[in-house]
Amino acid sequence: MSRLITASAVALIASLSAAHAKTDVQWWHAMGGELGSKLEEIVKGFNESQEDYNVIPSYKGTYPETMTAAIAAFRAQEQPAIVQVFEVGTGTMMAAEGAIVPVHQLMQDQGAEFDQSAFLPAVVGYYTDTDGNMLSMPFNSSTPILYYNKSVFEKAGLDPEQPPKTWAEMEEFSKQIMDSGAASCGFTTGWISWIQTENFSAWHNQPIGTMENGFGGLDARLTLNGPVQVKHWENLKRWTDEGVFKYGGPVGGDNAPPMFYSQDCAMIMNSSASRAGVIANAKDFELGFGMLPYYDDVEGAPQNSIIGGATLWVLSGRPDEEYAGAAKFFEYLSSASVQADWASFSGYLPITQAAADEMAGFFAENPGADTGIRQITLNPPTENSKGLRFGNYVQIRGVIDEEFEQLLSGSKDAQGALDSVVERGNKLIEEFQAQHQQ
Amino acid sequence: MKRTIFSNQLLPWLLLAPQLAITFIFFLWPAGQAVRQSFLREDAFGINSSFVGLTNFRALLSSPEYMNSLQVTAVFAVSVTIMSMGVALLLAIAVDRMLKSARVYTTLLVWPYAVAPAVAGILWWFIFNPTIGVMPYVLDVVGYDWNHISSKTDAMLLVVIASAWKQISYNFLFFVAGLQAIPASMREAAAIDGAGPVRRFFDITFPLLSPTTFFLLVVNIVYAMFDTFGVIDATTEGGPAQATNIMVYKVYFDGFIGQNIGSSAAQSVILMLLVISLTVIQFRWVEKKVEY
Repeated sequence: MSRLITASAVALIASLSAAHAKTDVQWWHAMGGELGSKLEEIVKGFNESQEDYNVIPSYKGTYPETMTAAIAAFRAQEQPAIVQVFEVGTGTMMAAEGAIVPVHQLMQDQGAEFDQSAFLPAVVGYYTDTDGNMLSMPFNSSTPILYYNKSVFEKAGLDPEQPPKTWAEMEEFSKQIMDSGAASCGFTTGWISWIQTENFSAWHNQPIGTMENGFGGLDARLTLNGPVQVKHWENLKRWTDEGVFKYGGPVGGDNAPPMFYSQDCAMIMNSSASRAGVIANAKDFELGFGMLPYYDDVEGAPQNSIIGGATLWVLSGRPDEEYAGAAKFFEYLSSASVQADWASFSGYLPITQAAADEMAGFFAENPGADTGIRQITLNPPTENSKGLRFGNYVQIRGVIDEEFEQLLSGSKDAQGALDSVVERGNKLIEEFQAQHQQ
Repeated sequence: MKRTIFSNQLLPWLLLAPQLAITFIFFLWPAGQAVRQSFLREDAFGINSSFVGLTNFRALLSSPEYMNSLQVTAVFAVSVTIMSMGVALLLAIAVDRMLKSARVYTTLLVWPYAVAPAVAGILWWFIFNPTIGVMPYVLDVVGYDWNHISSKTDAMLLVVIASAWKQISYNFLFFVAGLQAIPASMREAAAIDGAGPVRRFFDITFPLLSPTTFFLLVVNIVYAMFDTFGVIDATTEGGPAQATNIMVYKVYFDGFIGQNIGSSAAQSVILMLLVISLTVIQFRWVEKKVEY
């Protein structure tokens, strides 16, 4: 409630100060802390760059809270023009025809400058329809990478400049580290769902679901219980029992980073956007960066990793001049200088090739900062590595975590756990389909 | 008792109006909305909507996750109630025996009640955090590997302890008041007849405390079923593998996070029926056995 009052107070003051009829464009977002301040700085830059529009950013809490707030507002016909939605909400937003204005259509209607080929395919591919049209504007995209402790590597007699490339090396290095006493655990990871299941599948060019991982329509179903995924989950269980791997908890894996910072675990797989945080916490040791490991006996690996993060969706039902403002704002947001500034500051990926080129100097000065972008552009995305799109996916991520926990507790084997993910996940997808086809 | 007779028919309604309005706006209307939604199938944005009868309820009752949630809620509510009332009673009896310092102890023991559930959750989450917490470190010394992130038992213990701890103060206050209302002469008479402290407690103190105990039983079960949302949300978020996913949390998760409004509404309707029947049972049957 107090947030609502603050937001409306801000809106009121803003509308009073804009005496010569600037059009207000509401933007609801989920960026707290330093990212939030940076976001406001970017918006300020836009508002000062022209006379006609005034973008008003409002922080609405976590990603799920922001999305829930926007949906509730839409139902009450009080929706903002722009809302930031995380990647797993894509299925829900996309299926809400009539509630959203696809970005490609917005830009065309408003006659804005918009060249879709300027965007990085690995980023934009996640957010296009089957015809390749962009539905939402990528804002903050990241991908998981490997962080490792060079000091521990050195202590264990390993080459600190050589992170493990394959899962076999991952196991071998971990055991050497543990045997030498340099650290008590080999590796941990954030996001079992996003990193060890979805990205793992894309990285090994394995399907997550039918119909191009759900891009083809609402009839798509999960198929991530293939032999490669089963083998990996089996190994994660075995490594847990041997102490090589430590589980950091469900969703983002909140307990994983502390294990890495305290040097209990020598390696961690986590979002490229946590780079700044990892550097800030890695005070007592040398930090190294590497790509995600792969199984070298899987054909086509490594393929390319997929992204996470959020995009900006435009909601329907606002006055026309607000859409003109939104289009202008998107032009500004995707410009190379704004993108490069935002990406260098935050650790998120640049979304256009021009921005990536502009960051060349930054990458040269900050070794390892380009790991994410090299990883997503390693190969042209296939239908298995473009991303994924299923309804009710927030809950399906929860199901993945739960079944992984069943595996760790020993009540299911890897095949059984992944079979349950598929079975329970498909039920949620069927429910979603029934909600939308009636 | 003196009865007030209103000559004007309108005045009593007018006096009742504020209370009726509050009941209508904050209870009847949302409850009605929940009942309506529970019969609908709708997408998140409310663009497609259709009447599906009892489909949502049927889906719930055949869902193993929902059955699990029922079981978890039962275990959780009973454990929290027993633990918070048991500890509170022990503390109350101890304080009741003190003469000088009783007031100080009472004041100190009431403090936790002022702590919000979410804060209580975070406090215990810190204490029991497997990576940085104090308790796992201590437990490790005695050979117990505490990990509420992967162990269902540990997770349940954590949320029960955190929820019960908060409620102990409240129960304690009522028990102290209840104990002080029992005339000392009755216990003294029993002591003269040769009854030991244990016998005196079970034959005199406990039966005479039963109105307080009954009241607390109702309050604690309701507390465990509804007010503990903050504790769950701040500590386990219903995990691991739904081991602490109590019904209230599941309503929130499926509705607000999962955007499945039909199922979430059906769950709250079931919860509503459950609470109504629990209250009826408590007042109809249990209350009859209480000696006032």
